[in-house]
Amino acid sequence: MKASHLLVAGSLSLFMVSPAFAARDYISIVGSSTVYPFATVVAEKYGKTSSTKTPKIESTGSGGGFKLFCGGVGVDHPDITNSSRAIKDSEIKTCADNGVKEIVEVKIGYDGIAVANAKTAPQFKLSRKDLFLALAKEVPDPKDPAKLIANPYKTWKDVNPELPANTIEVLGPPPTSGTRDAFVELVMETGADTLEAMKALKKADKKAHTKATQTVREDGAYIEAGENDNLIVQKLQSNPNALGIFGFSFLDQNGDKVQGSSIEGKLPTYDAIADGSYPVSRPLFFYVKKAHVEVIPGMKGYLAEFASEKAWGKEGYLADKGLIAMPDAERKEMAESVADLKVMEGK
Amino acid sequence: MNSPEPVNTMTTRPSLLEPGKNLKKRYRTDLWFQRIGITAIFLSLAFIALLFFQIISEGYTAFIQTNILLEVEFSEQAFAKENLATADYPGLIKKSLTDTFPEVKSRNGKKLLFSLVSSGAAYKLQEMVEANPKIIGTRQKMWVAAASDVDMLMKNKIDRKAPEENRRLMDNQLAWLDILKSQGRLEKQFNQTFFTTGDSREPELAGILGGVKGTALTLFITLTLAFPIGVAAAIYLEEFAPQNHWTDLIEVNINNLAAVPSIIFGLLGLAIFINFFGLPRSTPIVGGLVLALMALPTIIIAGRASLKSVPPSIREAALGIGASKMQTITHHVLPLAMPGMLTGAIIGMAHALGETAPLLMIGMVAFIVDIPGAITDPAAVLPVQIYLWADSPERGFTEKTSAAIIILLAFLMTMNSLAIYLRKKFEIKW
Repeated sequence: MKASHLLVAGSLSLFMVSPAFAARDYISIVGSSTVYPFATVVAEKYGKTSSTKTPKIESTGSGGGFKLFCGGVGVDHPDITNSSRAIKDSEIKTCADNGVKEIVEVKIGYDGIAVANAKTAPQFKLSRKDLFLALAKEVPDPKDPAKLIANPYKTWKDVNPELPANTIEVLGPPPTSGTRDAFVELVMETGADTLEAMKALKKADKKAHTKATQTVREDGAYIEAGENDNLIVQKLQSNPNALGIFGFSFLDQNGDKVQGSSIEGKLPTYDAIADGSYPVSRPLFFYVKKAHVEVIPGMKGYLAEFASEKAWGKEGYLADKGLIAMPDAERKEMAESVADLKVMEGK
Repeated sequence: MNSPEPVNTMTTRPSLLEPGKNLKKRYRTDLWFQRIGITAIFLSLAFIALLFFQIISEGYTAFIQTNILLEVEFSEQAFAKENLATADYPGLIKKSLTDTFPEVKSRNGKKLLFSLVSSGAAYKLQEMVEANPKIIGTRQKMWVAAASDVDMLMKNKIDRKAPEENRRLMDNQLAWLDILKSQGRLEKQFNQTFFTTGDSREPELAGILGGVKGTALTLFITLTLAFPIGVAAAIYLEEFAPQNHWTDLIEVNINNLAAVPSIIFGLLGLAIFINFFGLPRSTPIVGGLVLALMALPTIIIAGRASLKSVPPSIREAALGIGASKMQTITHHVLPLAMPGMLTGAIIGMAHALGETAPLLMIGMVAFIVDIPGAITDPAAVLPVQIYLWADSPERGFTEKTSAAIIILLAFLMTMNSLAIYLRKKFEIKW
């Protein structure tokens, strides 16, 4: 058993060596899975064209990203966090409590959320009100709008007489997903606000209103299809009756298989999302720890690569991946604030 | 008087030589049982065959890649500057393409033309020049990777009959490709990139080597820790430990640990190795430590079982001729128990090989391009690579996902055959 003696000795020596890592020579990035496909492209391009190592990017979700990011200053903590929403006041406070006082906020562009179905089925013309009525767990009773009842609608025709008489069947992301949060906020909440009964409820009982607008029905009409948007695209193809909810980049890549439904008369196209006329879109961000910029090699180069026209511009490579570019003026302003490392004002 | 009333006995208690009424029924149930067993085996084989067929038919195309033959001029003026890294390599590719199709003049047309070639082609030129600066000033013919959309078209995974606005490739791009094809400058070749590079966001540049090396490093740590510790624990518990409440408690807890969901080990790893000991995130050393914790109970349980199966007569004989307890164990018991222990270790390792859940917590589910060279470099493992690719929007990653699964299965089979070989080698019959 000489061999196992050697193994024991070897593993012990590993333990001895291990606590000796201090410096980190690559950028560590965490955060949103929505920004992940864009940040990874920039990281890869940057890594290949510069002499520094390629940044490491973890997809932890926006909230998880802030938790790690705000853990403190030092090589054990990430340098950048991606986010599909703006940083919350509570997160700024956590950051400050842990010594992360100087944060640079960078808006990188917009992302659209598409409601799509298979090419073989007719295209849907939806409104946010239709989607709220079809997908909320509780809706105002059509006979007595002051009362909330369990969602009685079975087909799209029940929701809106102009829609086809197909059974309501929507494949979408689970509650852990940022896409789901954005969908609830941009579609369900605004859709609810178009109803008089929900407005009245908002005034009367804010908590009940929030609950009613944010709870998606659980009787099988909304099917949680997992975080994998590719899977939703595949399922839509095999089931032409179903609609699916996913990010614009997946619609962009699968234009021969699925079609986006129009929402308030606007189709989810690149131009409609860019000019803001397509209603279901949100800005994407990343946040930089200023204290790390001088310490970790390659930070400035990575930021410059991200904020360059060839990356986030209208014709840039991120647009090819489905990121919706910001208007020219906003992009210019952002690029300047990245170059100056303009620290966020405390709210 | 003494006639034994034969008729009566025949009906209640038949002769053993005569077939009874129940016998047929018993044979029938026997037959049914066999049939159910055979059906079960057949079904599971059919499922495995289906799985393999599905994965291989989806994934084999990832091992070939569409390449385009370009004639690139490494003109002197393109390398006027001293630094070879800052030369305009994409420009060289673009020049070569516009030379091939001089009729393309519009800005939009050029953009479509340039998008036929992978963005990785420029890096290839850079590597060539850096390796051999003498080629500056010459014209070179070379195969470069086509963009993923072109690759998908060549593999019939894009429907070229779909209306133009729904296709990733426009009509004029298809026309250019047809011209290239007729000139023999568009070919499907063996995809070397897949085996020599790390992850990428461009399907045609993505490779599995990063995942394979990450897995190898992680499993190396797991094996070097879990196997010796597991074997030592099994020997102590089986051969030395007294039978009391404490050892009972330890035994129960080891059995419980074997059934703990793997993500819990990830949380433990995050809390202890990263937050307390300050080991770097996303590295094989932390991954290996976590997976070692996970594999330990399996190895200990299997080790104890194989020690138990060594007949006591062997121990008694050794002790009887004057061997010490330690000599008995190392010279006689352990060699006999080794094959079983190895099997247990391999089962534990195979389990560890397929894990992603615990690695999620310690940051190994990450986009890592550079190929890890040491246990402290950030690395991804094979299952993580599969998960990340399955989640990517680009169409080209579908086949890469299946190809990565093929590689993972190959890894698993190699490990299992190694285990069988070692077991056969060490096996001692008595």
